[in-house]
Amino acid sequence: MKQVYSVPKSLRPVSTHYCPGCTHGIIHKLVAETIDELGVRDRAIGVASVGCSVFSYDYFDCDFQQAAHGRAPAVATGIRRTVPDAVVFTYQGDGDLASIGTAEIVHAAMRSENITVVFVNNAIYGMTGGQMAPTTMVGQRTTTSPEGRIKGLAGEPIRVSEMLATIPGATYVARVSTTSPAHIAKAKRAIKKAFEVQLAGGGFSLVECLSTCPTNWGMSPVEAMEWVDKNMIPYYPLGEFRTPEGGQTNG
Amino acid sequence: MAGRKLFKGNEAVAEAAVRAGCRYFFGYPITPQNEIPEYMSRRLPEVGGAFVQAESEVAAINMVYGAAGTGARVMTSSSSPGISLKQEGISYIAGADLPCLIVNMVRGGPGLGGIAPAQSDYFQATRGGGHGDYHLIVYAPASVQEMVDLTLGAYDVAERYRMPVMILGDGVLGQMMEPVSFPDQMAPDRPAPEWATRGARDGRTPRLINSIYLKPEELYKHNLDMAERFEKASANEVRYEEVLADDAELLLVAYGTTSRVCRAAIEKLRERGIKAGLFRPITVSPFPYDALSKRAKSAKAVLTVEMSMGQLVDDVKIAVAGAAPVHFFGTTGGVIPKASDIAEYAAGIVGEEVR
Ligand SMILES: Cc1ncc(C[n+]2csc(CCOP(=O)(O)OP(=O)(O)O)c2C)c(N)n1
Ligand code: SF4
Repeated sequence: MKQVYSVPKSLRPVSTHYCPGCTHGIIHKLVAETIDELGVRDRAIGVASVGCSVFSYDYFDCDFQQAAHGRAPAVATGIRRTVPDAVVFTYQGDGDLASIGTAEIVHAAMRSENITVVFVNNAIYGMTGGQMAPTTMVGQRTTTSPEGRIKGLAGEPIRVSEMLATIPGATYVARVSTTSPAHIAKAKRAIKKAFEVQLAGGGFSLVECLSTCPTNWGMSPVEAMEWVDKNMIPYYPLGEFRTPEGGQTNG
Repeated sequence: MAGRKLFKGNEAVAEAAVRAGCRYFFGYPITPQNEIPEYMSRRLPEVGGAFVQAESEVAAINMVYGAAGTGARVMTSSSSPGISLKQEGISYIAGADLPCLIVNMVRGGPGLGGIAPAQSDYFQATRGGGHGDYHLIVYAPASVQEMVDLTLGAYDVAERYRMPVMILGDGVLGQMMEPVSFPDQMAPDRPAPEWATRGARDGRTPRLINSIYLKPEELYKHNLDMAERFEKASANEVRYEEVLADDAELLLVAYGTTSRVCRAAIEKLRERGIKAGLFRPITVSPFPYDALSKRAKSAKAVLTVEMSMGQLVDDVKIAVAGAAPVHFFGTTGGVIPKASDIAEYAAGIVGEEVR
């Protein structure tokens, strides 16, 4: 019988600490599959960030460094400059990348560091218990926006992909979702493309993955998926914002 | 060693790092150390290395973390406000047991302070600086040649104990020109250390560079291990210099630039028939407690001289432990003490205590 599916080799066969229904797991799998398919596990160096994915090094079966909160792109820069043939990627949440780490991500893109950033946008601080993130939707209740995010007080959520797409050095920037098999297939293609850009020496690549946090959103996994589709995708449109060819696709 | 050449302190420390095998530099401009990144930006490409001007000191030190984690010999430099920003990364580098070289050309503080030389970051340098239970190995050179010599050995020491080494200078040391000699040969290439993350090649087990230990017992163990390594460094790496200390009734204690002024003050005091000597810590962390303790026993009084409101003096008091009275003469804000003022103050002490 033809085998149509197997667990990626770059993912360790261990049980996960992520909550049931959390899409961090799906995104890990897509990254691991990409590493397998490109055959780069033995020269991959991941950089884990601070957030629920702080232990992502427990899952990826390759070399890893654990970075301070928000600093993964700087750490990745240090690795990039010293190991020229390494495949360097960061895995960062939205508190990590879009709040405390804004300077590091913007300047890694500006320098067009030849790294790949996997950016998980779940519109909340997961690990610390559901506080407001810069990506939290207006009206969304969190533990630090108990009445919902108020535009007049906290502003409107930051659109990282659109912002980074204005930087000449950002070679590949895409936003994907993980809420349906069709979306996941597209997400996989984007992540693979981002790594391929790096392998071709093309410079900075980033894939923003709209993600769920059922635990801190106070929803079932299914409700959380629906919430992404209904509330996040309209504000955070999917598509490629920059490609090496110069094209843009939305939708 | 080739012949001696006139070198500015900042450029000398940079060239010494290159000779010691440094190939990567990550920094951010700040006076009075700009000649270091400037020198590295032209020098490192010549030797197959890389220079990155980071977006901030925070980013620079985290780049150092990443590069050090691959086993590379890597360096950053800054001055006081920038070193404050680097404390986050320094704590993580120490926590992840990574060797690296950090240069601090101290200027006056707090806050933006001034750009004139100071020694007011002694506590920050010798007490860890960032959060957590860790130490750095900190050298306090007093001449350009000494800065070169200490830098030449810095990576070996940092790698032996797997902790960052800091060169604690100041604006005077960075800016002054002195004749120096460098070794002709570059440090030989060395294999990547067995903990370095450079890709899990040839089937080896993946490695991790990390400072997180959520289980208290594990963090306890890790911190004990770090403390043990620092204790070993304390046993093997402590350095100091004594000048006319054997018969000194008044023992001056000073490091770096201030120790140079103290030498002149001692001459003046000796001319006046006062038996003054100097104890100069070269490592301020680990501090030469035992040597100073021994020396203080034969002195009638001790005088700490520093360009701060009193930081080194705490270590001096720990070492002297009541064996002699410990006096303090400090200047701050970027003012360098005058030898005549030190001598005058010292003579006053002698009047009270030594006679
Ligand atoms: C300097 C610093 N500040 C704050 C924290 C606490 N902290 C840990 S995780 C986190 C937020 C993570 O949120 P996000 O990046 O969105 O990732 P998620 O947990 O949602 O996957 C914060 C603020 C920290 N570890 N370090
Ligand atoms: S708290 Fe949220 S982001 Fe973190 S593992 Fe649970 S569901 Fe995922």
